[in-house]
Amino acid sequence: MESTILRTENFNAYFGTSHVLKDVNIAIERNNIIAIMGPSGCGKSTFIRSINRMHELTENATTKGNIFLDGNNIYEMNPTFLRRKIGMVFQTPNPFNTMSIYQNVIAGYTLNGYKLSKADKDVTVEESLVKAALWNEVKDNLHKKGTFLSGGQQQRLCIARSLAMKPEILLLDEPTSALDPISTSKIEELLLSLKDSYTIIIVTHNMQQAGRISDFTAFFYLGELTEWNETKIIFTNPKNIQTQNYITGRFG
Amino acid sequence: MKDPLRFRETRNTAFRIIVIFFTLVSIIPLIAVLVYIFRQGISVINWHFLTSLPKPVGEIGGGILNAIIGSTIIIVLATLIAVPLGVTAGIYFSENSRNKGNRSARSGVNIVSYFRELRKSWVYRAAHLGVDVLQGVPSIVIGILIYLWLVKPFGRFSALSGSVALAFMMLPSIIKSTEETLKLVPHAVKEAALALGVPYYKTILRVIIPAGMSGILNGILLGIARVSGETAPLLFTAFGNPFFSFSIFKPIASLPLIIFNYAISPYEDWHKLAWGASFILVSTVLILNILTKLVLKKWKVQY
Repeated sequence: MESTILRTENFNAYFGTSHVLKDVNIAIERNNIIAIMGPSGCGKSTFIRSINRMHELTENATTKGNIFLDGNNIYEMNPTFLRRKIGMVFQTPNPFNTMSIYQNVIAGYTLNGYKLSKADKDVTVEESLVKAALWNEVKDNLHKKGTFLSGGQQQRLCIARSLAMKPEILLLDEPTSALDPISTSKIEELLLSLKDSYTIIIVTHNMQQAGRISDFTAFFYLGELTEWNETKIIFTNPKNIQTQNYITGRFG
Repeated sequence: MKDPLRFRETRNTAFRIIVIFFTLVSIIPLIAVLVYIFRQGISVINWHFLTSLPKPVGEIGGGILNAIIGSTIIIVLATLIAVPLGVTAGIYFSENSRNKGNRSARSGVNIVSYFRELRKSWVYRAAHLGVDVLQGVPSIVIGILIYLWLVKPFGRFSALSGSVALAFMMLPSIIKSTEETLKLVPHAVKEAALALGVPYYKTILRVIIPAGMSGILNGILLGIARVSGETAPLLFTAFGNPFFSFSIFKPIASLPLIIFNYAISPYEDWHKLAWGASFILVSTVLILNILTKLVLKKWKVQY
């Protein structure tokens, strides 16, 4: 298998007339955790929302340039199929509030009209919840509504829901910014354990978090990818002055 | 210097008394109507009244069964017409309302894109205005309109034309409540479904609509409650019928019409029947409203 899973080629994104991503070129290796950092409004979220083509759902949003997943141009793929291959977890936990925990995990299949046998469903639900480190906490309440869980549990439920689709890449948009430190550390442990089977791209404002879990860090500033390297190097010896200032807390 | 806090408690109490007093005053008419209808109507209600046809002048007794059946047919049919139209329009409005989601927070909104949006959504604005106006159109005007559209061309009064008229009356309430509840469904829930690769139409049908179900049902029930007492639009459409009729292509009896006909008649015992029919009608509306509250409570989705 090729080691590069995702590659962007002079990628640009716009909201109407404002140019939010400028000529981003990046190549992401399989089975790594990539942290995306940068001050607010620098295009981090837009970047990961472009990877699963959620960006274009916003009115007036357009893109230029290409993104390749396993060598295939994602802009030539059906976006709904693409999104089944690339899971996404959002800033605030968003389980489906009309569904039980069980239904939430399996939602990617049921909502898309896949017919699964009861046994297959049970296996998928259990596997996904175990992977998301939530199984032990909810196994007796699988048929209760997902909204009675705590925020951290809900976020892990959302991760389980994405994992159930067996994605290749997991995108996380500040997944812990609405959570307390204990839930946050649980999610971080979880991400580290998922690294062996998935490629994880995480947007974070928390520098310690990026330092703790990521292998590579991309630093965005005003829509440009200003620095992109191994996390160790970015944190110890940043080349770009903006990165340096951001990491040392001089702005951002 | 006067202490501004002097008499604070007194003023507070005075204000509270005034508010409570006027609230009570405003519900007096409602209670008076209910009590009066109950006292006049209850004596007429018996098994015979509910299960027999009206009798010609001069004969004692007679009931309103044909009107109950007629009203049920007209309203069920009107609901079947209005719900698909209203819910669909409500979806359109909630999906296209401008201040939804985090669009403005994300994009630098500039004046050019603002005008571009204004131009693009003229359908939205025109339709929205249309719904607001429809809400205010007098019911008799809708009756005349349906008379011209459905009764005159086919040459006969019919239950169907009455249903269409009532469906027009129900539309605004269904559209508004669908729009307002669907707007309350968080954008994040929609994004969750889309990010799982669920196509847009399925996201709407299987995620957004179920989440807003209580509000939509609420609007439908309130719409039914609102039109079940409408008389004017039925005068030249359903027309009324002293006999049983189950055909939607023939004139049909209904409760409001029978009340109207009995009440303007010069006969004392027909007046009594009108009170009885009013009692049935008002209790139905009351029960529908209570049902609405229960639905809201039971199906409410917590975010």
